[in-house]
Amino acid sequence: MSVQIGPGDLAVAAAPGRSPGTPRRMRPWTPYAFLAPYLILFAVFMLLPIGFGFWTSLHEWDINLPDKPFVGLENYAELFDPAGVDGSRFWTAMRATGIFTVASVPPLIVLPLLVALLMNGRFKGRNVYRAVYFAPYVLGVAVVGFVWRFLLDGNIGLVNHYLGLDVQWTTDVPPAWIALVGVTVWWTLGLNSVIFLAGLQDIPRELHEAAMVDGASAWHRFRSVTLPGLRPVTVFVVNSTILASANMFGQSYLITGGAPADQTKTAIYLIAETGLRQFDMGTASAMSFILAGFLMVASALVFGAFRDRGKR
Amino acid sequence: MTRDIRSLRRALLHLILAVIAALYLSPLVYMLSTSFKTREGAGSTDPRWIPGPATLDAYREILGSADSPIVKWFVNSLTAATGHAVLVLVTAAPAAYALARLRFRGRGVIFATVVATLFVPPVVLLIPNFLIVNELSWVDSLPAVIVPAAAGAFGVFFLRQFFVTLPGELEEAAELDGCNRWQIFTTIALPLARPALVTLFLLSFLTNWNDFLWPIYVLLSPESLTLPAGLGNFQGANNIRYDLLMAGAVIASLPVIVLYLVAQRWVIEGISRSGLKG
Repeated sequence: MSVQIGPGDLAVAAAPGRSPGTPRRMRPWTPYAFLAPYLILFAVFMLLPIGFGFWTSLHEWDINLPDKPFVGLENYAELFDPAGVDGSRFWTAMRATGIFTVASVPPLIVLPLLVALLMNGRFKGRNVYRAVYFAPYVLGVAVVGFVWRFLLDGNIGLVNHYLGLDVQWTTDVPPAWIALVGVTVWWTLGLNSVIFLAGLQDIPRELHEAAMVDGASAWHRFRSVTLPGLRPVTVFVVNSTILASANMFGQSYLITGGAPADQTKTAIYLIAETGLRQFDMGTASAMSFILAGFLMVASALVFGAFRDRGKR
Repeated sequence: MTRDIRSLRRALLHLILAVIAALYLSPLVYMLSTSFKTREGAGSTDPRWIPGPATLDAYREILGSADSPIVKWFVNSLTAATGHAVLVLVTAAPAAYALARLRFRGRGVIFATVVATLFVPPVVLLIPNFLIVNELSWVDSLPAVIVPAAAGAFGVFFLRQFFVTLPGELEEAAELDGCNRWQIFTTIALPLARPALVTLFLLSFLTNWNDFLWPIYVLLSPESLTLPAGLGNFQGANNIRYDLLMAGAVIASLPVIVLYLVAQRWVIEGISRSGLKG
């Protein structure tokens, strides 16, 4: 049964052999039949694991052991003890995630915005540039990791060769952080650029023209027309970039391997290793819920920050 | 005078954009170049952009090697990415249609629940989904990399946005002709949704082809790996052979680059638009 009310409804009403205004009824189970295949997947691999993951985090859970004793919040308590083995590993990894996020988000907002502004005009070849800047993003982290592991090689890499340096980008900090952030900017700049570009093109041209008639300078137009017009897009980009950065895994796994001394081993990397290599799944689940808590707080802060500015 | 300034500015803009573009693509050019180098050439401290001498040795070696069955990995990746993208379309399209155009009890609750999971950090699914996949005996086999990710809400959300905008008249006319809901869906809604379906297929294929974290942990034996997972292990070997690794990276990039060149507009618009509406 259609949800829309339009001229078509009149046609239904006028149809012979039917009481006016009552379109043909569908069988009551029809919508559920449409939904069933997806909902089965959704229940098994989305709803069930959310609950099951929390259940796991309350147990001493090893996939290889028959007994999985209930330990309550003990896994969490151990993680919040920075002096313990699990706690110190976990907070080192959380720190790595924090450093990477704080260092990568600003360039991943500012540079794509600059690129989008450069490309906002109508000119020949714009789509070619857009396609070029976006290209690395379709490659996936594996290819990106291999290529940069090579370019950043301390002995034969192009980066040291052209910069005339002798820096161990993959095994020393802070160079490793510069490398990881730089690679990530190269890889994902195009994504944020095209989102900003789409946002820029949604800003009505008349607003700029009106400001120009009023004699506003280019900078003034940027401040009073472009930036406010981009606010919803910016909220989305900031939020999704924070989440993506906080979930960084492949760059660290492939380029630094967590070196030196696990200092660039991110939280996701540690969770995957703890749960899926050492099969300490109770601890890994507890880690993932703590990380998820941080991510949700970060999202809430972003939305809050942008809402306040909107009110003023 | 202003004309001159304008064309000067335009030339400067092109210059800036072209320089960035060249720098931008250079890592990929060097990847391609290195894949045609000899073992010694790739390991040389004197980097060359044009391989001299150029050779197919790296490709020959990596394609023929017994401990890196890269052809098998390629087939696995192709099967997984295609299977995943088809599964997403087959399950998400009818669900999205029902949520967009049918009125029924529980619609609001179901849609709200599905959308709410867009905000669930995927990391909480990692361990439990491994346990579920293990329970299903899917560990180390392709269903593990095809099925669970299809439970994500993105496809349903993306297609629903499209179905909502369809005009109702066509459906009503078909209803008068005696079509049932399934016939209306398959003969009217789906053909109209073709651009959205193609975009969703491409995005699902790309995501699955490039996926790295999940396959390296859920696939174990050398024959069952996908291409990124296989190359990831391969790199772990002590003596990194960059000629082989770059040849592998080129092979892993090829399908994605071809898809991108063919459907570039759809990929970019799909991703940027879905971002805006999310």
